[in-house]
Amino acid sequence: MSRSRSDAMLIWTLRCCAGIAGAIVLLIGGFLVIESLPALQHIGIKRFFTDASWHPSANASQGTFNLAPMLWGTLLAMSGSVLLATPLGIGSAVFCHYYAPPMVAKFYRKLIELLAGIPSVVYGFWGLVVLVPLIRQLEPPGPSLLAGIIILTIMVLPTVALMADAALANVPSHYLQGAAALGLSRWGTISGVAFPAAKSGIVTGVILQTGRAIGETMAILMVCGNVVQTPSRIFDPIRTLTANIALEMAYAVGDHRSALFVSGLILLALIVILVSAAEIHSKGHVYG
Amino acid sequence: MKKTPAFITCSSLLIMAVLGACSKSDNSGNKLVITGSSTVAPLAVEIGKRFESLHPGIRVNVQTGGSSRGIADARSGLADIGMASRSLKDSENDLHAFTIAHDGICIILHQANIVNALSDEQVVAIYKGTIKNWKEVGGPDAPITVVNKSEGRATLDLFLHYFKIKNTDIHPDVVIGDNEQGIKTVAGNPDAIGYVSIGTAEYDATHDIPIKLLPVNAVPATLENVGNGSFPLSRPLNLVTKAVPTGLAKEFIDFARSKQVHDLVKEQYFVPLSK
Repeated sequence: MSRSRSDAMLIWTLRCCAGIAGAIVLLIGGFLVIESLPALQHIGIKRFFTDASWHPSANASQGTFNLAPMLWGTLLAMSGSVLLATPLGIGSAVFCHYYAPPMVAKFYRKLIELLAGIPSVVYGFWGLVVLVPLIRQLEPPGPSLLAGIIILTIMVLPTVALMADAALANVPSHYLQGAAALGLSRWGTISGVAFPAAKSGIVTGVILQTGRAIGETMAILMVCGNVVQTPSRIFDPIRTLTANIALEMAYAVGDHRSALFVSGLILLALIVILVSAAEIHSKGHVYG
Repeated sequence: MKKTPAFITCSSLLIMAVLGACSKSDNSGNKLVITGSSTVAPLAVEIGKRFESLHPGIRVNVQTGGSSRGIADARSGLADIGMASRSLKDSENDLHAFTIAHDGICIILHQANIVNALSDEQVVAIYKGTIKNWKEVGGPDAPITVVNKSEGRATLDLFLHYFKIKNTDIHPDVVIGDNEQGIKTVAGNPDAIGYVSIGTAEYDATHDIPIKLLPVNAVPATLENVGNGSFPLSRPLNLVTKAVPTGLAKEFIDFARSKQVHDLVKEQYFVPLSK
């Protein structure tokens, strides 16, 4: 086989792979829209945000379909965990790179990688049998927004920690040498030189962890209580959009089933917004 | 295997639902079309698989859509066999029903809770939120954590139907999906009250999980009492046909009522026929 022929085969194979990956996303998006259409037609977009409650089992005219409390649940659990995990993750990466002795740093990094590899259902199970009873002693009933935020924080922490770690490792060494030559302190070097240079990687890590926080289902389902309500306190149970789908899909028929696809569509929209924000952000900054 | 992880059950049901929605029923050849109750469907699918493996060349096609659809399809002939998770009504006595299993649910509390029985009125009051503290029903001074099932679950329907309450009147503290999650929630919270399938609860209570099963209307919650029909919070799972079944349909119904499927019935946390 001539070189040009094998090159052509490689190129077409790669094109096929890329085409399949892209088509899958479009197919899923299309499927979501098609399955949501009956609900959107029978119920209308407005009712998903203005109905009195979420009791979808009856048909479109009798049931109520308010998804807004679950959208709040998703957003609150996500922002709570991202706000906690981001400083923790970046802090752990800085510690690993600039303060920890090499042996400790190596061991610590392995630990974080292990944390990233634990299946979510294990976190959920631990949350259900350990964390929830602890929170219950503090303030009943136990399953709550707080439990969700803590579990999500532990789950998404490794993502930002490892991404920030990789980004700091990629800071060109002559930047650091330059900083040393200028006589900057260690913290001065980190905040003034390393952070700006690693900003892109760190932001990517934060966005990835946000995506994971939005999409997490199993662990959240087990610790959040799943009551459909807009929480007024951190100890109130909540239900997220993902948990809603997982809880009810198996038994849903007709407009109820279709309404669950609408929850899926809203989740997809959230992710699209997130990705767009990342895109806009990455165009706007100076350091590569 | 006693316990199938919830997510596997959920995802397989999901796939079933999707496939079921796509396929159209046709009665040609060696195909048995069964439609109806989503409670009976997972059991019918399992029985169907075993039936297929014993009868090569036969296809059993199970579709869900609720007990009413099962009755309507059996009557119209769209399905060979309908599935209904209830007894036939008087207006439906032109059809033939064959019970393949019973489904029962019971109220569960944490083992440490000193309350040993609740009247039907007390259960209703707790779920409606008019009784909020255990001391009002002879328990400790602690707020009650009400555990409810998520919308669409068969256990929820049965619970609401027996206690004659509407789901919109219930103000739960925790909403759960499958039975195991309900048992873990109650086992981890001494102030919780929940309701789950008796099959699951009895198995866990005898395997060191700190829960206890409350009697309903003074009838102890045991699989035996569900099987002999004396436990009030239960219902039959029926296969329904228009005419007296013959041929393939008869073979399938006889198979579904035989001892050969008792393990499948138990796997779905239902109670097999007692004889």
